[in-house]
Amino acid sequence: MSNRYELNKNLAQMLKGGVIMDVTTPEQAKIAEEAGACAVMALERIPADIRAAGGVSRMSDPKMIRGIQQAVSIPVMAKVRIGHFAEAQILQAIEIDYIDESEVLSPADDLYHIDKTKFDVPFVCGAKNLGEALRRIAEGASMIRTKGEPGTGDVVQAVRHMRLINRQIREIQNTREDELFHTAKELQVPYELVRSVFETGRLPVVNFAAGGIATPADAALMMQLGAEGVFVGSGIFKSGNPAKRARAIVQAVTNYNDPVLLAELSEDLGEAMVGINEQEIELLMAERGI
Amino acid sequence: MKIGVLALQGGFAEHIAALNKLGIPCVEIRKKADFDDSLDALILPGGESTVVGKLLHQTELFDPIQERIQKEMPVWGTCAGLILLADTIVNEPNSYLRGIDLTVRRNAYGRQLGSFYTQEEFRGIGKIPMTFIRAPLIESVGKGVTPLSFYDGKITAAENDTILVTTFHPELTDDTRVLEYFLRKVKQQAIRPSA
Repeated sequence: MSNRYELNKNLAQMLKGGVIMDVTTPEQAKIAEEAGACAVMALERIPADIRAAGGVSRMSDPKMIRGIQQAVSIPVMAKVRIGHFAEAQILQAIEIDYIDESEVLSPADDLYHIDKTKFDVPFVCGAKNLGEALRRIAEGASMIRTKGEPGTGDVVQAVRHMRLINRQIREIQNTREDELFHTAKELQVPYELVRSVFETGRLPVVNFAAGGIATPADAALMMQLGAEGVFVGSGIFKSGNPAKRARAIVQAVTNYNDPVLLAELSEDLGEAMVGINEQEIELLMAERGI
Repeated sequence: MKIGVLALQGGFAEHIAALNKLGIPCVEIRKKADFDDSLDALILPGGESTVVGKLLHQTELFDPIQERIQKEMPVWGTCAGLILLADTIVNEPNSYLRGIDLTVRRNAYGRQLGSFYTQEEFRGIGKIPMTFIRAPLIESVGKGVTPLSFYDGKITAAENDTILVTTFHPELTDDTRVLEYFLRKVKQQAIRPSA
């Protein structure tokens, strides 16, 4: 792998133990940075509003993203539609720090993801199982996140995806070495990546939790399940007191194993986002891109 | 010898892995109770300095750590850790823990596209691999601070009697020579008469 790919994986390593927050304006970006976000995701509408508005959802206006880049010193990420390599070229041109090829936006291609090896800027991609995660890595993703179910405030799918990915990793570790070729075939991924999981017991890139995280307890749950950090989308700016909730989630990710502190952090946060239960969802974003 | 690694956010696991490789006992520092007198030295890892700076206050680790730095506990800061130790940060009225008289500029090489890898001389060690991730720049150093390495004519590592700082990330490579350099500094400090 190239130097550039290593550097891109390295940036994700520096984000570990942190919270990446969705923001729609420079003002929100400043609130997020002030609250301790390790990066912000610049987008025009947060997932809950995308869900409410319906219609086609696309890459954000580069001018709006630039405004956010100028407002904060932390890394700025932005989303492109699955398979939309032209949107990715545009974000690379404005020197975005990380591109999220995201199921939150309307997919531009129902078959092919972006060939991410052709880009210098790093990509993070969603996955709901190990096969998806390794296919995205084979395509050049240098960071993975669970898909979860964005814009719902319901953590159940993020939990399901994180548990499944980690269970499949344990299964590979318990596989006989000469059966790994078959595992690669079953997962539809390159043998070398299966081999790497077998040897290291982890994904070859950093893995964050995303989709439906709304409280400090949700963040602690995901960290205890093995996430290396969390994305919080709608959970912060759809809540009663965004700054306070954001600070609490940041601290919960650092001290996810300290229930006494978590109890303090969970106090008086005001109203959480209302949320939609899994069964009430009409559009499953996690089903986009496999 | 026991080394504390500040584990609030960022690349702390990589420092711990390197210490484990050398068989040096170490502990993760996540809250005030973790930071006790048994520690001989502290490593401040890379990450986002704005995040770690805030968490230092929220976890009430700021004052005890600053006090130990003033009492000459050896500290190594990489990248964001350097920013926390710098006496002066360009374009910002406030600094964090302080302890080394130098002026640092955040994200001086630009965004992620400006991140790079190189190999350069490190004083007393030789040529070492250097990974720069959205790295800061040491613009100038004051009295009592010695530059240890350069890239493109700019200082990339420096030290005073007790503090070592690098704008790059030795912990992201397999090369542990900068860590060993720091451990020698810790040992020297242990035999010096205390301040």
